[in-house]
Amino acid sequence: MTAIPIGVPRRLVEFTLDGQEARVPEGATVLDACRAAGKDVPTLCQGDTLRPKNACRVCVVEVEGSRTLVPACSRRAEPGMEVRTDTERVRHSRKIVLELLVSSADLSTTPRAAEWIKEYEAKPDRFGPDAARLNDEPKIDNELYVRDYAKCILCYKCVDACGDQWQNSFAISVAGRGFDARIAVEHDAPLTDSACVFCGNCVEVCPTGALSAKREFDLRAAGDWDESRQTDTTTVCAYCGVGCTLTLHVQDNEIVKVTSPHDNPVTHGNLCIKGRFGYQHVQNRG
Amino acid sequence: MDLRFGDSKPTDEERAAVDALLGPPESAWEGADRTDADLRWARGGRTARDRRDLLLPGLHALNDRVGWISEGGLGYLCRRLTVPPAEAYGVATFYAMFSVRPRPATVLHVCTDLACMAAGAEEVCAGVEARLGPGSGVGVERGPCLGLCERAPAALAVRAGDPVRTAVSAPASVTEAVDAAGAPDAAPEEPPAVAAVPQAGDPSLTLLRRVGAVDPSSLDDYRAHGGYTALRRAFALGPAGVIREVTDAGLVGRGGAAFPTGRKWQATASQPDHPHYLVCNADESEPGTFKDRVLMEGDPFALVEAITIASYAVSAHRAFVYIRGEYPRAVRRVRHAIDQARARGLLGDDILGQGYHLDIEIRRGAGAYVCGEETALFNSIEGHRGEPRSKPPFPVEKGLFGKPTAENNVETLVNVLPILTMGAPAYAAIGTPRSTGPKLFCVSGSVDRPGVYELPFGATLGELLSLAGVRAGLRAGLLGGAAGGFVRPDELDLPLTFEGTREAGATLGSGVVMAFDDTVPLPRLLLRIARFFREESCGQCVPCRVGTVRQEEALRRIADRTGAGAADDIALLREVGRAMRDASICGLGQTAWNAVESAIDRLGAYS
Amino acid sequence: MRNRQPKTYTRLTRPLVRDSRDEPFREAGWQEALDRAARGLERNRGAFGMFSCARATNEMNYVAQKFARVVMGTNNVDSCNRTCHAPSVAGLSAAFGSGGGTSSYEEIEHTDVIVMWGSNARFAHPIFFQHVLKGIRGGARMYAVDPRRTSTAEWAESWLGLNVGTDIPMAHAIGREIIHAGLVNEAFVGRATTGFEEYRKLVEPWTPSLAEKVTGVPARAIRELAHAYARAERAQLCWTLGITEHHNGTDNVRALINLSLLTGHVGRYGSGLQPLRGQNNVQGGGDMGAIPNRLPGFQDILDPDVRLKFESAWDTVIQPHYGLNLTEMFEAMEDGRLRAVYCVGENPAQSEADGEQAVRRLKALDFLVVQDIFLTKTAELADVVLPATAGWAETEGTTTNSERRVQRVRRAVTPPGEAREDIDIICELATRLGHDWKYADAEAVWNELRSVSPDHYGMTYRRLAEHQGIQWPCPSTEELEPPFLHGRLWEPDPGRRGRPAPFGLVQHDPPVDLTDEEYPVRLTTGRRLDSYNTGVQSGGFASPLRRGEYIELCPEDAERYGVVVGEEVRVSSRRGSVVAPVWIDTALRPGLAFMTMHFPDEVDTNRLTIEANCPIAGTAEFKASAIRIEKLPASTHVR
Repeated sequence: MTAIPIGVPRRLVEFTLDGQEARVPEGATVLDACRAAGKDVPTLCQGDTLRPKNACRVCVVEVEGSRTLVPACSRRAEPGMEVRTDTERVRHSRKIVLELLVSSADLSTTPRAAEWIKEYEAKPDRFGPDAARLNDEPKIDNELYVRDYAKCILCYKCVDACGDQWQNSFAISVAGRGFDARIAVEHDAPLTDSACVFCGNCVEVCPTGALSAKREFDLRAAGDWDESRQTDTTTVCAYCGVGCTLTLHVQDNEIVKVTSPHDNPVTHGNLCIKGRFGYQHVQNRG
Repeated sequence: MDLRFGDSKPTDEERAAVDALLGPPESAWEGADRTDADLRWARGGRTARDRRDLLLPGLHALNDRVGWISEGGLGYLCRRLTVPPAEAYGVATFYAMFSVRPRPATVLHVCTDLACMAAGAEEVCAGVEARLGPGSGVGVERGPCLGLCERAPAALAVRAGDPVRTAVSAPASVTEAVDAAGAPDAAPEEPPAVAAVPQAGDPSLTLLRRVGAVDPSSLDDYRAHGGYTALRRAFALGPAGVIREVTDAGLVGRGGAAFPTGRKWQATASQPDHPHYLVCNADESEPGTFKDRVLMEGDPFALVEAITIASYAVSAHRAFVYIRGEYPRAVRRVRHAIDQARARGLLGDDILGQGYHLDIEIRRGAGAYVCGEETALFNSIEGHRGEPRSKPPFPVEKGLFGKPTAENNVETLVNVLPILTMGAPAYAAIGTPRSTGPKLFCVSGSVDRPGVYELPFGATLGELLSLAGVRAGLRAGLLGGAAGGFVRPDELDLPLTFEGTREAGATLGSGVVMAFDDTVPLPRLLLRIARFFREESCGQCVPCRVGTVRQEEALRRIADRTGAGAADDIALLREVGRAMRDASICGLGQTAWNAVESAIDRLGAYS
Repeated sequence: MRNRQPKTYTRLTRPLVRDSRDEPFREAGWQEALDRAARGLERNRGAFGMFSCARATNEMNYVAQKFARVVMGTNNVDSCNRTCHAPSVAGLSAAFGSGGGTSSYEEIEHTDVIVMWGSNARFAHPIFFQHVLKGIRGGARMYAVDPRRTSTAEWAESWLGLNVGTDIPMAHAIGREIIHAGLVNEAFVGRATTGFEEYRKLVEPWTPSLAEKVTGVPARAIRELAHAYARAERAQLCWTLGITEHHNGTDNVRALINLSLLTGHVGRYGSGLQPLRGQNNVQGGGDMGAIPNRLPGFQDILDPDVRLKFESAWDTVIQPHYGLNLTEMFEAMEDGRLRAVYCVGENPAQSEADGEQAVRRLKALDFLVVQDIFLTKTAELADVVLPATAGWAETEGTTTNSERRVQRVRRAVTPPGEAREDIDIICELATRLGHDWKYADAEAVWNELRSVSPDHYGMTYRRLAEHQGIQWPCPSTEELEPPFLHGRLWEPDPGRRGRPAPFGLVQHDPPVDLTDEEYPVRLTTGRRLDSYNTGVQSGGFASPLRRGEYIELCPEDAERYGVVVGEEVRVSSRRGSVVAPVWIDTALRPGLAFMTMHFPDEVDTNRLTIEANCPIAGTAEFKASAIRIEKLPASTHVR
C-alpha cells in the first residue's frame, strides 16, 4: 500500500528579523516570517495562491550583504540572514514605488493603497501634471467582467492565474514592453474573440480592481457598491458534482459577487464560469 | 493543450517559412490536411509542449520571410508548436525587430545611439526619412546601438524574403543608406572584421591575434594558426583540470559583473541535477560595445572551440550561442564555423575520439537590450518574453530550462583558449594581480582610430585613448556604456582594471570607452541615455518600468536649465534613481541612473 | 451569432393549483396547496413514486426517502442519478461493495498516469480538471478515450478516438494486452480479486487487431495505453457519462474496473477509480437512501439486520424488496401501476431520453405534485406546484461531492415570496398524511441521519465547518480516514481484507440504435462549458460563450451535406425530429455528430435520443442515437 504523503517535517531556519530572533520552517519566505512576527509588509503582486512574481517591489527589505534590496515575497529565509524591514533605505524604495504606481495608475480601488501612501508619506503628484499615465478607458466587451486597465499595475497575477499556474487557458499575456507593456489577448482582440473561458479566476487575483465582475463595476459606477452592507456566506456550488465551495457576497438580499476561499481543498480559490457568474437564476424573482 | 488558434489562415509563404524551420506538420492537429488516421489517434502531451524554445526561431522565420508577423502566420506557428497565441503575441511584441503590424518588406534600422549621434546620425535619419517616405517600399526605424560604433553613423538594411537579405551601411551617408535599403544585394561588401582592429598585426595581441590573420571561413586555416590545441589540452586535463586552470588563471567574466569564471563553472559542474547547459551570451547590446562582433566575425572558430571546452568542463552536452539580432554577419560566420566543426567531428557525438558529445545551437536575438541579462536570455531562448528572473536561484543551479547552466559572454570564453595553451601561471602574469589577462576595449566617439583594442589590465585610460588618437577638446569619457558612467578629461590616469575603476567610483563594464567633445551638448546625450533605458526596460518591475519614464521626463524638463532651475528635478532624479538602483529586479533598472548621476556629480551637468 | 431568444425562468413565489389539467394554474395559499397535495397522494397510496432531487441537500434527500418509505410505505424513490451515474454506483458496488469513487481530487495531482475515459472534464468538471492539470504539470501522463477529440483530449499524451459504444472491446483489448505482456499485478489479483481465470478467457479473443477493427483505434495506440497504465506506479482511471449513458452502462463500468483490478490500481494513494458526478448532490442523494435499493448510508434494503435497525429507528415497517427506479417508474406510469408522483426539483419532461414519451407518461398520471424553484416543463404538467427554496443559496444543509466530501451549504439570501424549504414542505405533507414530523432545523435531520449511517457518524456540522468538508466514510468523531477507499484490499490478513473484488464478466453489446442507410450518422451528446443540463439555471446569466443549440458536424460531413455554419437542417432519428442550425467542429469525424441537452426550449435534443436502458442501473443510452441530416429546401442561414 502506498504511503499517504503527509509532507516531510520541515527543519526550522533561524535568522534575525529587525534585530529579533526569527524562526520559520525551511522554505518559508521572508514575508512569511514578517507576517508571523506581526509585521505589516505592503504587497501588491504577491498572491496566496500564486508563485511570487516579485514585480511590484513594494515589499522590499534590506538583507545584510545584499547589494540591492530584496523582495520579501519571494526571498526564502536563510540561516543566519539579517533582515531589516523598516530602515530608511527600505522606506525610501517603498515610498518611491508607491509614488511611481500612483502617478501612473489609478489605485482608488486598491485595498489599503491609501493607507500605505500615508504611512510612507508618498507624494505622487510631485512628478508634475505631465507625468505619463495609463489612461485607458474600461474595456467592456462582455456581460461578465470588465477590464479597466487604467488601474492595472502589471503585477502578472491575472496572467499567471489564466496560465500554467491554474486555469491553463492562456487567454491573456503581457504584450509590448516597458511602460507600454499591457495585458492583452493575442492581437489585442476583444475577450470574446479570445481563448477566454470567463472563469473569472483572473478577477479573483487582481489586486487593484482593474479586473472586476461587471455587476460590481456597474454597482460601483452607480455609487451603490457598499461592502459594509455586504454579508459573506460560504456554501457549495449548485452546478456539477465537483462540489466547489462558494462565498456568496450579498448586499440587500442580492448576490453581488461570488468568490471561493483560497485555502479550500477543492477549489484553491478558483471557479468556473458557472460557479462564479451563474447565480442570477435564484434571484430572478419576477 | 486546448488552445484556440483563431480563424486567420497563414499565407503559403508563411506556411513555407515555418515548415522550413520545423519540417512539414505531422498531423492535421498540427496543421496538415485531415486524414482518417488523425481522427482516430492523436499524439500530444509533453512532446508537443516541449518545443516552446522554437518559438523565437519561428518568429524570426516569419519575420525574415515576409517582414512582419501576421495573425495567420502567428496562429500557424502556434499550432505547430502548441504555444498559446496570446503568449506568442506577448513574445512577438517584446522584441523591437519584430512587427505585428504590416510594414514594408525592407526595413532600414538607423542607429541614433551615442556614438552615431555624435557622428551626425540625426542628419542621416532626417535625410533618409525624407527620401524613404510612404510608398518607397522601405520602412525607416530609428533604434539603439547597432554595435558598429567604430564606423558611426551606422544603418542596417533588412529585406525580408527567401533568403532574407541584409546590408550594412557604415559610416552611412544618406545616399549610401538609401541605396543599401533599395538594393541590399548590390550594397558594397562590409569591410572585414580586422578593419575594426587598429592594432592588427601587433605580435603582442592574444585575443585578437587571429583576427585578420585567418580566413574566418576556414577550419584548416584556424588550425594552422593554433586552433584546437586548447581543446586537446582540455581533454588531457579532464573537466576538473580545466576548471582548475581557469580558476588559477584568475579569469573573471568580461560582461561587466566580473564574476570568477572558474567558480561559476565549478558550481555548475557540481550540480546533481541534469542536464547541464552552457550558454554563450553574444547578445552584445550595451551601447558602444562591438568587441564580441569583431571576435565572431574575425575568428569564429575560436568561439566554437572555447564553447566546446567550457561545455566539457561543466558536463554540458547542449550549448547555445545567443547572438544579437543586429549582427547578421556574425550569425553567418558562427553558423558556418559550427557546421564546419560538426562536419569534421569537432562537434557531435565523439569529439576528437574522446567520447564526449556536444552540439551547439545558435539563437538570434530580436532587438532587446535586456536579453543581455543572463536570466532574461534564458527566458528568451525558452520562447518566453525576455524578462529577467528573480535571483536566487542562480543560473548555476536553475538556469536554462530550469537546469544548471554556465553562462559566459564571448570575450570571457575566448580567454579560455590562451589560458589552456599558455597555462594558468603565464596567463595570470598578464595584467594586475586582481584583474588578470588581456582585456578588450571598444573605443569610439571623438578619436581618430576607433575600434577594438586589446591591452593588459592595468593600462590607463590615457594610454588607451592616445592609442586611439583622441581628438582635441575632450569633454568627457563614458566608461561602460549607457549602464556605465562618465569620467572627466582630467582623470586619464585612471587604471583600467575592475578594482581601479571601482575605487574611482566609475565602472569598467563591458569595456566601452566613448570619447565626447562638445559636438553634442551633454543634456542631449543624457536624454538619449534616458530614452534608451525607457525603451529597453522590459516593464516587469515598477521601479524600472515607471522610474525610467520619470527619469526621462525630468531630464526633458531640465534639458535647457541649470542651477536652481534644475535643482528640484535633480533632487527628484536622485530619489527615483536611488529606488531604481535599490529595488529593480535586474541590472538594467539598477544601472539606469548611473550615467546621469555621474554626469551630474562628476561632470557638473546642469550646474 | 444567430439571434436567440432564450427562455429565462423566474422564481416561483406562491403555490399553484388547478382542478383539472385543462385549466391554467391559479395561485393558492399554502394550506390549500398542501391539502390538495396530501389528498392527491393519499388516494394513490400503493401507486406512488417519489422523485427526489440530486441537486437538493442531503437532509432533504434523507427526509424525502423517509417520506416515501415511512409515510407512503414504498421504496419507489429515485432521482436523476438514474440518468447519469447510476451505472457507476451499480458497477462500483458490485465490485467493491460501495458505490463511491475510490479516490480524492488531491490524489490525481500525485499520480503518474491519468486515463480520462468518456469524460470531457475540461468542460463538464472544470475545477476537477484543474487538479488533473496540476498532475500533468507535475509530470503525469494523461490518456483520453473519447469519440471526439475534446478539450480534455487535447491535453492528452495520446487520444484514442473510438467508435461510440465500443468501450468494452477497448477495455478488454487493454486487459488482454496487459495479460499478454506479463504486466498483471499477480499478487494483487491473487489475493484481492476473484474470477481472473474467467476474465482471462473472456478477453482472450480481443486481440489488438480485432479491437482496432471494432473500435476504429489503431492497435498500437491501444497497446501503448495498456502498457502505460499497467506500468505506472500510480494510475487514476476517471470516467463520466461517456461510459454510463449507454444501454449497458453498468457493464461498461465493470469493464473499466477490471483494468484496475488487473493492475492493482485501486485502494492505494494515487491509484484509483473516479467517476465524475454531474450534479452537485448526485452522490449525496444516493448516500441518503433516495434510491430504490438502499437505505441511508448505502445500506442494502435486502439485509434484514439493516431493515430492523431502520424499522426501530423510524417506528415503521420497510418493504423487504427493492422499489422501482426512475426508469421503471416511468414504465409503470404506462400501465397504470404508478399513478401519483411527488417530484422535487427534477425536470424529467426535458431530461429523459425520448422526451415525447416522458411527457406522455407524466400526463397519464392521476396526480402530479411538483416542488421546484421554477415553473419547469415538468411543473407545467402538475396538479399542484409548490415553491421551494434554492438548495445552495437559501437553505441550510449539506451536499456530497464526487470525492465523497460532505460540505455545508448555507442560507445567504432570503427566499422570494412564500417559497419554503423542501424539508418543511415534506414535513407538512407528512403531517397531513398522519406522521407528525418536526425537525428543529437541518442539523437535526443530519444528526438523525448520523445516528443511522455509520459512514456519516463522525461528521458533525461543527467538524464539517472546521475541515472544509469531510469525506465518507467517517465513522469516528475524533479521526479522519484516508482519502481513498478500499485500502483493505491490500491487507495481508484475509479477515481484514474482506470480500475480494470480482472481475466483471461483461460482453460487448453495440448500441441499440444502429446506424444504417436511412440513419447513417451517430449522434452523441454532452455538456458545454458554460451551460448546465436543461439550462434552467445556466440560462439565467449572460455567458459570452453561449451560442445556443447546434448540431455539430465535422467539416467533411458538412461538405458532404452541402451545409455551412448557421444553416438550419432537419435532424431526425427513429423517434423524432428537430430543426437545428449547423456548427462545424474539427473534433468530430465523418459519421459522428454532437448535440447538447442545454437548450430544450430551442432544440429538444431528447426527441432524438433513445430510451434504451441499462437493465441493471436503468440509465438510458443518451450517448448513441442514429440520425439523419437533411438539408432544408429553402435554406435559412442564421448567423
